[in-house]
Amino acid sequence: MDYDFKKTNGGMKRRKAISKSAIYTILTILSICWILPLIWLILQSFGMEPDAPYQSTYGSPDILPSHYTVNWYVKLFTETEFPTWYLNTLIISLACMVLSTFFTLSMAYVMSRFRFKSRKTIQNIGLILGMFPGFMSMVAIYYIFKGIGLAGNVENWKQILALIMVYSGSAALGYYVSKGFFDTVSKSLDEAARIDGATNSQVFRKIMLPLSKPIIVYTALMSFTAPWGDFIFASFILKENSGAYTVAVGLYRWIAMAEIPAQWYNLFAAGAVCVAVPITILFLLLQRYFVEGITGGAVKG
Amino acid sequence: MTGSSNKASRFFANVGNKIAGWFRNFGRSFVGFFRKIPTNLKKFGRKIADGFVRFGRNFAEGDAGVRCSYFIMGSGAFAHGQIVKGLGYLAIELLFILYMAFNGVGSLAGLVTLGTNFTYTYYDVDLGTGIEVNVPGDNSMLFLLYGVVAVIVVFAFIAVYLLNIRSAVANYKDSVIGVKPSTFRQDMQSLFDKKFYILLLVVAFAGVVIFTILPLIFMILIAFTNYDSAHPETSGFTWVGFENFIKLLGSNDLSSTFFPVLGWTIVWAICATFLNYFLGVGLALLINSKGIKGKKIWRLCFVLTIAIPQFVSLLLMRSMLSEFGPIMNLLVQLGFPRTNWFETASSARLIVISVNLWIGIPYSMLITSGILMNIPQDLYESARIDGAGKFKMFRKITLPYILFVTGPYLITQFIGNINNFNVIYLLTGGGPFGELSQGAGSTSLLVTWLYSLTNDTGNYNLASTIGILTFIICSIVSLITYRRSSSTKNEEDFQ
Repeated sequence: MDYDFKKTNGGMKRRKAISKSAIYTILTILSICWILPLIWLILQSFGMEPDAPYQSTYGSPDILPSHYTVNWYVKLFTETEFPTWYLNTLIISLACMVLSTFFTLSMAYVMSRFRFKSRKTIQNIGLILGMFPGFMSMVAIYYIFKGIGLAGNVENWKQILALIMVYSGSAALGYYVSKGFFDTVSKSLDEAARIDGATNSQVFRKIMLPLSKPIIVYTALMSFTAPWGDFIFASFILKENSGAYTVAVGLYRWIAMAEIPAQWYNLFAAGAVCVAVPITILFLLLQRYFVEGITGGAVKG
Repeated sequence: MTGSSNKASRFFANVGNKIAGWFRNFGRSFVGFFRKIPTNLKKFGRKIADGFVRFGRNFAEGDAGVRCSYFIMGSGAFAHGQIVKGLGYLAIELLFILYMAFNGVGSLAGLVTLGTNFTYTYYDVDLGTGIEVNVPGDNSMLFLLYGVVAVIVVFAFIAVYLLNIRSAVANYKDSVIGVKPSTFRQDMQSLFDKKFYILLLVVAFAGVVIFTILPLIFMILIAFTNYDSAHPETSGFTWVGFENFIKLLGSNDLSSTFFPVLGWTIVWAICATFLNYFLGVGLALLINSKGIKGKKIWRLCFVLTIAIPQFVSLLLMRSMLSEFGPIMNLLVQLGFPRTNWFETASSARLIVISVNLWIGIPYSMLITSGILMNIPQDLYESARIDGAGKFKMFRKITLPYILFVTGPYLITQFIGNINNFNVIYLLTGGGPFGELSQGAGSTSLLVTWLYSLTNDTGNYNLASTIGILTFIICSIVSLITYRRSSSTKNEEDFQ
């Protein structure tokens, strides 16, 4: 190693330049690998075969579509159930965002600030519950919903209500990251407020919450995006009731069909773009909070 | 690296010690957990015995209010003027008695029998010869569900009952020393102050009880029944004890599916966790290395895949890699024969792992980038003064630092990957099928197999058994690593 430092200045520079360009090459190749599929998806959503407005490009020997059209998007919003699905998912995720964030933060605040007898027990229960496959309880949940008339052959709004309950019901178990954040907020702040006569609920509302913007945004972002990506729970509860589908279930059904009538493939691409674009923008805007959320928990863990 | 008193080497020693200690504690905590079981059981037993003793003593020593509250809940509250509280207790008692009389006792009995009438068919002679009549039996699923609910109600009632006695005793003791019992208003106020945690916990945990704990108890019980495709809910199923576990773990048709699936699940979880992690760290190091321009742009390229909902990117990858997808088209144009990669086990497995890299690397890249920026720069400074080379600095500062901070993340990732349903199900659906029986394919994980056993074939008992076994695997992994890890031990240090 010592020889490196004795080399001439020019040698050092050349070596650095070589390693730098190697890094640039690797990064370029990798980012092409990561970006290309996304570009291909967007192109597919506009692609069509010449002379046939609804002739799919999927399965044609060309890699890129030969002609472009906006027909798929028009069809998507006028002739399919996609707008309903989109609205369903939006309602579910907005409701989940509010409920889950509230549950998670309440739990995290309790675990961070209060010391009571059953505290460790509840923490251990939380750890244990997290280790069962989430889907395992699904069958029972389905029967519970069936029992109270929210699943099976019922109106769409009831099914949507059921999904909201499933997604946000157990949110309190994900309190760990937020608790890590609350732990970092100095306790002397609460104590000062307590001395001034504030109750614990006032401390929570007026001191903790305003100081916790990053973690609120993180929790809200996570619970808002979850219903857009979840397939397993939604498909199990909704079964064949396509009027209450979320986008994930609906689009999966299309691509599962795509082996046969290929036109669904381009519709899938168009639908996927419609789902991905807003979520991506939201995510990029709030990226800072996301990183803070994950690493915050990790650094403190 | 000679000076022993400088900052950098102290830091190395510190990190080294911590990591070594972590590994030392692996074994110790594992053994410790099992060694502690008898003492914990003893403690638990003593607690219950103490409870009974106190239960009797309170009755013997209490006033009329306390004694009455053993039979009529809320008496202790009435005796000291807490009307609303007393009415609440009384109402709970009445509701419980009504529930038990009309429903609860029957439900508890049903939990034992799971229904006594089984489906049968008979030939109805009156309708004419050869006409078969199907008489549906009891729905065992509902028997089980109502039974579990009844058990939970009973336990909840016992808790409220004990609370009622405790508050009666507290009232009595207060009255002895001349303290006025709290009014209803004060009770409500303390719920927002001293006992604010109870309010928040009840609100947040109610959902957990209904949507996680109750269903899980229910499904765990299913693992001990014969609720499968041959015994659907409508024809009634019964308790079979550990038969399902023996079926899965013993030597027969099922276990010859179970063990390959388990093996692949573990291989998958290791590959998916560690490959993603180390390649992500590598990528972050490349992007963050000195003199590379446009760091934000590079990061953005990779972060995009995190932002896109996973099912979109997975279905996209599936169609790109399919037999008529663009990648195959390109290869055909280059002169390769057209093949379906999803049809052979090895290529399907390779695809699953590499697509998971495509999805997972950006996460670990993003996290590592955040950590890299937080490494105290003076560590590098003093190492440089000591004459450490670049590689040595990386090995001795950067890597230990990253590993140390992301240790817990790695564990959660591992468990997450054991239960990673989406990647497998949306890419291959568990296929290719054929090598294994019982609806499992070459890329099936335990959790996707569980899904197909419930959703496709209705073998709920086996699915539940697999769920329990998965739980056991996960808990062993995390028992070894979590206990004694800094996160649970030193939580007071950060406040």
